[in-house]
Amino acid sequence: MVKFIARKLSIMCLTVFLISFAVFFIITLPPGDFLTTYIGRLTAAGESVDPVMIEKLREQYGLDQPFVIQYWRWFSNIIFHGDFGYSFSLAMPVTTIIRAYIVPTMVLSLVTMLFTYLISIPVGIYSAVHQYSVGDYAFTTIGFLGQAIPNFLLAIILMFLSFRWTGDTMLGLFSPGMQNAPWSMAKFLDLAKHSIIPIIVIGTGNTCGLMRTMRSQMLDELNKNYVMTGKAKGMKAAAIRYKYCVRAAVNPIVSSIGWSLVGIFTGSTVTAIVLNLPSMGAIMYSALIDQDMYLAGSWLFLMAIVTVVGTFISDILLAWLDPRARKEYLKG
Amino acid sequence: MEKVRTNKKDTRTKQEKKNDKYYYASQWSLIGRKFKKHKLAMVSTYILLFFYIVTIFGNFVAPQGTEQYDGRYVNCAPTKVHMFHEGKFVGPFVYGLKMERNPETYMLMFAENEEEIYRIRFFAQGEEGSEYKILGLIPCNLHLFVPEEGGKLFLFGTDNMGRDLFSRVIHGAKISLFIPIVGMLLTLILGLFMGSLAGYFGGWIDTVIQRLVEVVRSFPQVPLWMALSAAIPKTLKPAQVFMLMTLILSLISWPDLSRVVRSKFISVKKEDYIMAAQISGASVASVIIRHMIPSFISYIIVNMTMAIPNLIIGETTLSFLGLGLRSPATSWGVLLQETNKLETIMFYGWKLIPMLFVFLTVLAFNFMGDGLRDAADPYK
Repeated sequence: MVKFIARKLSIMCLTVFLISFAVFFIITLPPGDFLTTYIGRLTAAGESVDPVMIEKLREQYGLDQPFVIQYWRWFSNIIFHGDFGYSFSLAMPVTTIIRAYIVPTMVLSLVTMLFTYLISIPVGIYSAVHQYSVGDYAFTTIGFLGQAIPNFLLAIILMFLSFRWTGDTMLGLFSPGMQNAPWSMAKFLDLAKHSIIPIIVIGTGNTCGLMRTMRSQMLDELNKNYVMTGKAKGMKAAAIRYKYCVRAAVNPIVSSIGWSLVGIFTGSTVTAIVLNLPSMGAIMYSALIDQDMYLAGSWLFLMAIVTVVGTFISDILLAWLDPRARKEYLKG
Repeated sequence: MEKVRTNKKDTRTKQEKKNDKYYYASQWSLIGRKFKKHKLAMVSTYILLFFYIVTIFGNFVAPQGTEQYDGRYVNCAPTKVHMFHEGKFVGPFVYGLKMERNPETYMLMFAENEEEIYRIRFFAQGEEGSEYKILGLIPCNLHLFVPEEGGKLFLFGTDNMGRDLFSRVIHGAKISLFIPIVGMLLTLILGLFMGSLAGYFGGWIDTVIQRLVEVVRSFPQVPLWMALSAAIPKTLKPAQVFMLMTLILSLISWPDLSRVVRSKFISVKKEDYIMAAQISGASVASVIIRHMIPSFISYIIVNMTMAIPNLIIGETTLSFLGLGLRSPATSWGVLLQETNKLETIMFYGWKLIPMLFVFLTVLAFNFMGDGLRDAADPYK
């Protein structure tokens, strides 16, 4: 197991390095840089632009350097100093912005994930045990619908419905009056109320997918010989189901926790933009539009790291749950 | 060699030939037979066929041209088509439209003017501005249905520039339905190429490609899409943006396919018939293309069908966020941009209609993929 983890870790480091390079390449892809956008905005506003000042700014931010040097400056600062660079458009260090937004994003993602598992596993078991029943068909339909509807559409629909029913669109995470209030029960309830729509929107796709997986896994298990052996021994059907079948069926779901987290973490991007949530997604969207390269790049890089770590966790969990996977990997 | 084969053919009985034919064609016909049993998949296939056919003949079906708008009829609710006027049967017709102020909200609204009657004509000449060219060559102005001169028929209402939403949905389908197909084909080519290289040769080629796959897969899809699309210069023509978006979509989605192909290759490589082909001097390309790929092509098709919904959602989401195509280019995502504001949904509910089409298409592809997956292994 140690050997397995060590090997995976070394590959992970290499992947992170390659990713950082790709990220930097992507964010420097758009023609021009932030200063060009900035100049464009100034001229559009009718202000005169001093070319000497622009040249100075360009030098200060290292924008006149060749690609490789710019890249190395950015990457080494992140690795050695934890410094993600400077956001031109918001005029503050990227690290400060990330620190402000990472907590709400993480909390939202984790709560959504909990919601996902709490719903999908029991429903999957129910559908498998009562295959072809009315309930099974109903859940299957919901599952397909949930996977078919894009996040942003679901967000719009729910926003619309909540406006119709409660007269409040539930945008953001707090009501306007609550934003700066000190923490209290009322504020917490307000937060909980505003979290419902984001959680449903972000979690639905994943929940429906997991539901389908759980159902098919469970069906596979229910038809295996050991179930018949158990029955022949006189065990109760429920005991066989929960003691053996569920345990075996849940394996692929547990080992995909890393992937799910990634899906939720990144899937929340679009939702955050539509619902105006104070999570990373919305900030980064404007960063992309404004060509605020360090902010956008750091965000892309962080997301990619979350993905890599998530995959790593999944691999470890799978190897831990299933010795065959571990052996096969070490062999070749 | 040729002679031996003909001799052999002649010695076979009719029954044997028939059997041979049956065995030869069996997999595909069996797949077809099994697929037809999946009702939902069949219905979905017909729906999709209908959508694609309508889209191909879009210029004829849509009453309004791609660049046409009518500033007088802005944010007009869907027009009702009537059959009876004051109890008398007239055939399909629409009433004229008149402006009214809503007594409660003081907003300008369109109401029916029951004094004017405009019959709907079928296969008729469209109004000025809705001309199109068949295959880009022959000018034509024939439309499926057009109201009589002076009448206005907006089946799905109009948008904030007075463009007919029904026509826009059809014109938008050209991009929304075909980007995913083109993207899928590119993905297929990339995925097959990389996957087969990795699976066939193994060794260091495999290692390099696997690392590449891992790096691309490590990128979160949505943010990567957003970053790449933001990099598309805003000055490009819609057709160029279209090409770049397809390219982006396929550059992101090939690794999954290449993984499937690779694992299939590794398992097929050990089969005797592959060795036979190699020994008889077939080139690498011919072994891969003629002998290996056909053995698992059905799985690939299933995989690709399942990938299309993601591409559709991708295109729609990007355009919705304003990172993909922009107005006046039309796609379903662009049409939905207007619904970004809550007031739009509150007062002009019909603008959500394009959503229904996104939804139906994605669902239909999902069901079709499901049916194909069940049918792909007909011997089960």
